[in-house]
Amino acid sequence: MNIDPVRPALQAGDPAGMPMPAAQTLATQLGQALKSPPVLVASVIFSVVVLLSVLAPVLGTMDPIAIDPARRFAGVSAEHWLGTDAFGRDTYSRVLYGARVSLIVGLGAMLASVLLGLVIGVIAGYFRAADAIVMRVMDGIMAIPCILLAIALVSLTGGTLVTVLVAITVPEIPRVVRLVRGVILNVRSEPYVEAAVSLGSPLHRLLLRHMVPNTVAPLIVQGTFIFASAILTEATLSFLGAGLPTEIPSWGNMMADGRMYFQLKPGLVLYPGVVLALTLLSVNVLGDVLRDVLDPKMARR
Amino acid sequence: MLAYIARRLLATVPVMIMVAVVVFAMLRLTPGDPAAILAGDDATGAQLEQIRKSMGLDQPILTQFGVWMGQLARGDLGVSLLSGKPVLDLIGNRVGPTLALALATIVVTVIVAVPMGIVAARKRGKLLDRLVMTLSVFGFSVPTFVIGYLLIYLLALKLGWFPVQGYKPVAGGFWPFAHRLVLPTLALSGIYIALVARITRSSIIEVMGEDFIRTARAKGARERAILLRHALRNAAVPIVTIIGIGIASLITGVVVTESVFNLPGLGRLVVEAVLARDYPVIQGLILLFSFTYILINLVVDVLYTVFDPRIRY
Amino acid sequence: MKTKTYLPQAIRLLCGATLAASLLAAPAQAQTVTAVMQSGLRVMDPVLSTAFLTRDHGYMIYDTLLGVDANFKIQPQMASWQASDDGKTYTFTLRDGLKWHDGAPVKAEDCVASLQRWAQLDSTGQVLMPMVQHIKALDDKRFEVQLREPTTLLLEGLSKLSSRPAFMMPKRIAETPASTPIKEYIGSGPFKFVASEFKPGLKVVYEKNADYVPRAEPASWTAGGKVVNVERVEWVSMPDQMTALNALQNGEVDFIQQVPFDLLPIVQNRDDVKVQVLDKLGAWTYYRFNHLYPPFDNKLVRQAAMAAVGQEDVLKALVGNPEYYQTCAAVMGCGNPYGNTYGEEWVVPSNIEKARALLKEAKYDGTPVVILQPTDIAMLAAQPIVIGAALRKAGFKVDMKTMDWQTVVTQQGNQKPPAEGGWNIFSTYSILATSGDPFGNTTLASAGRKSWAGWPDVPEIEALRLKFARATDPAERKEITAQIQKLAIDEGVVAPLGQFRIPAAYSTKLSGVMESPVTVFWNIKKSAD
Repeated sequence: MNIDPVRPALQAGDPAGMPMPAAQTLATQLGQALKSPPVLVASVIFSVVVLLSVLAPVLGTMDPIAIDPARRFAGVSAEHWLGTDAFGRDTYSRVLYGARVSLIVGLGAMLASVLLGLVIGVIAGYFRAADAIVMRVMDGIMAIPCILLAIALVSLTGGTLVTVLVAITVPEIPRVVRLVRGVILNVRSEPYVEAAVSLGSPLHRLLLRHMVPNTVAPLIVQGTFIFASAILTEATLSFLGAGLPTEIPSWGNMMADGRMYFQLKPGLVLYPGVVLALTLLSVNVLGDVLRDVLDPKMARR
Repeated sequence: MLAYIARRLLATVPVMIMVAVVVFAMLRLTPGDPAAILAGDDATGAQLEQIRKSMGLDQPILTQFGVWMGQLARGDLGVSLLSGKPVLDLIGNRVGPTLALALATIVVTVIVAVPMGIVAARKRGKLLDRLVMTLSVFGFSVPTFVIGYLLIYLLALKLGWFPVQGYKPVAGGFWPFAHRLVLPTLALSGIYIALVARITRSSIIEVMGEDFIRTARAKGARERAILLRHALRNAAVPIVTIIGIGIASLITGVVVTESVFNLPGLGRLVVEAVLARDYPVIQGLILLFSFTYILINLVVDVLYTVFDPRIRY
Repeated sequence: MKTKTYLPQAIRLLCGATLAASLLAAPAQAQTVTAVMQSGLRVMDPVLSTAFLTRDHGYMIYDTLLGVDANFKIQPQMASWQASDDGKTYTFTLRDGLKWHDGAPVKAEDCVASLQRWAQLDSTGQVLMPMVQHIKALDDKRFEVQLREPTTLLLEGLSKLSSRPAFMMPKRIAETPASTPIKEYIGSGPFKFVASEFKPGLKVVYEKNADYVPRAEPASWTAGGKVVNVERVEWVSMPDQMTALNALQNGEVDFIQQVPFDLLPIVQNRDDVKVQVLDKLGAWTYYRFNHLYPPFDNKLVRQAAMAAVGQEDVLKALVGNPEYYQTCAAVMGCGNPYGNTYGEEWVVPSNIEKARALLKEAKYDGTPVVILQPTDIAMLAAQPIVIGAALRKAGFKVDMKTMDWQTVVTQQGNQKPPAEGGWNIFSTYSILATSGDPFGNTTLASAGRKSWAGWPDVPEIEALRLKFARATDPAERKEITAQIQKLAIDEGVVAPLGQFRIPAAYSTKLSGVMESPVTVFWNIKKSAD
């Protein structure tokens, strides 16, 4: 009986079952998924955003950090396609360059926390002895508010991309660990796993073949959440004054800077905000698709 | 079970000490001088030295740590470097709004998100599912403060249904208290509703594909009963996990919400204390937070065993 | 609630009922003024700390011996004075009816103790004390100050508006060592501090001091009669400025001390809100060079920077609305009696060619300029950005270091080389009410490492400052300050970035709001509406 529905269970009577679908099925699956309109739209949006960020130097019309105090809060014009901000900087170019930074923040935090969390979580879930210590350490890390870490780091080293990434990633790791550990704990009590252990399966086989694949689906869901949360956290840190300096434009600090003028010039928040929302929406939809595809249980349908 | 709980509670002590050491070290390493903050920016070096002495900050680090540990053992969290008031008082003053906001958010999230997820799971692939999921994703596509400003602008200023800001304790009457909490709760719940709805949906979908569900259907059980009795119960573990994680991460969201809506809570206190390098307050707050998180995690772990009898510690 | 609504009937009824209930429950509502001040009050010792809000708090519950009126004239407040013919002996006589908040009468010995504590910390006081032979109480109501030589610093110090006014406290409190914050908050001012309702950083409550005897003259700045017409004043801190403005529009607060310039359009055209600059002197913003290390240990490089930065750009970015700013090269303030604008033709505008030429002449070798950039205070965020951009244009290599303001405050005292965590430039602002003379203006102290952050070393300025302290003839003083201005600008002791005035906004229910360089709450009336 399967009691952890987040991860797929192998059918009883299929002890050597393959947790990963064959490559061919994978491609077919993806192909099928892409046919549905929402997924298509999401892929297009996401690709466009990535493209925009990569091509920012080409597509941008002005230097994103060049100030022009005489022309602050300018409206949409031929020269400034989306107007200017409180310093006269071109909003359109900043949105493009901001895409780079925000995507890096999101991706960086997601990859780092998922990878680190996976490793630590597997250790905690599989090795009973390590479980207690690791989880208590994780509890301790969770207790340190992101803001404290961020300010400490920012004042020690100045606001840099790495600093903000570390400040955002570290608090996320314990949560991933918790999730992974939960999955591993469940799988470990499965009969087929016990069978494999008694058959003398080597450790790495057990982990890689039976346990880790089951973490993929929840990790993807959690990963897309971390991607979104990281970008939003960066905005919050900027809101509190501990984020990236304005010389490194990101959607987050554009929104934080522009928030004071929201009732007068909502564009300053809405332009990066809408692009951000679309990006995160598409990431989530794509994440769902990936999860559905990679989930062996779904594959068998 | 009781033995397990006791063991866990005992284990909190070394964790707390570890957290205390880490936070203490981090604070002392961070540049920033409470004496300078107290005196203002045109104090001379000599004056600052004097003030530091009166704050006990001129002692070697280990001595300062020892002093603090000693205070803790007596249950004394020390006094604020800036205002001289006891840290416990400061925390006590501000715990109400944060607790109210956090509880309201959790309640609203569970009440809204779990049914949302169930509905989406039932109508999987259909328009309703897509709609519900898209709506929920908006919850974590926009930063909390933007949601907050939008709500204030639309519902408080333009429509006048709610006050713009402020907090009234329950003692002053339930309605004013609740009235002022509506907008902040809505703003803060967005992100959690999104997350819990998604997890609920995916968990239910997983479970509904299980053999035992097929068996139950074959036995003629009604769909509703299957959903609620079998599926939900089994889907509970990851849902509870996510809720637990969400609670733990509430503090960051609370900080923003308390700033935007001017709620005099702990979130703001953390930010103010950190920016002012008010060490005793920061240390006291961190200890409080860590203890809370540990308790929440313990509750979640215990709940696991309630939902899944096979999990044993 | 004054906004146009189209509420569903039920909700409107509910809101109305709530409003009625809360109004009935607290009939004193009309007599409480709720003010949103620039930050939360945490530091309560206005002699130890120079934070602006702490000073404003000081004016609520403490009183000063002397005051200054709108014509910059020193007037008696708690005490009147008599000077001897040779100008060396001053006798101060306390007026009748002065009592501390705990009921005890104010005595001369209290004032002597308060003065001594103040003088240990205050810049004017520290220069004054060596000139003082003794201060002693003559009886309960009179005390005498015996000077070694005549100086105007005594009266100027006692009547100082900011940033460290000579507030009077009971002897036992004034005997707290100068390095320790006071723990009791008893004064003799027009308001009393309500300790039981104080929430540090969140809310301060003052109630009218019924026993306060105001002077007979009309109030003008810190002189004259401080008549309180309301029962309570509550200061609430709101971290979000937009929320504060919304609260004002919604009638949830009565007074906002500082309105961000860019947000003025929101409230300017409402007929239930009045926008007014209360401090007509305003503030000036400036930046400091680190004279200890390259590249700004070289006078020519400093001048290059000053030439490169344009005041108009800074003010536009900081203030935006030209109604509220003016360019000014006077270190002691345009509009102050000693404001002298020597150097304005090259300090005010941005002249990149001149800057480049100066850099070449100074053989600038590309040493990076570390600029401290605070991110969390609106009035300080713009300057470093504009300065950095201008310096880059002129050919400087610039390294911006972002941090929160408290860290800047600490870092600016760091005398280590910039490469090891020090700094080359930081900027800030002060109010003109204190910057009008060479002593109140701490930026002019040029005694090297003993002076304020930046540590300029210009002995001629120090000599001139002392000369000023001894000069009593206004013409002579003007001449001295003109020389100080010239030296300060040429040597890059401080680089002025211009002046601005910050508007306040308040509900039209309030009347009698005083125009004064420091925010005061006497004279205000609130109509019950």
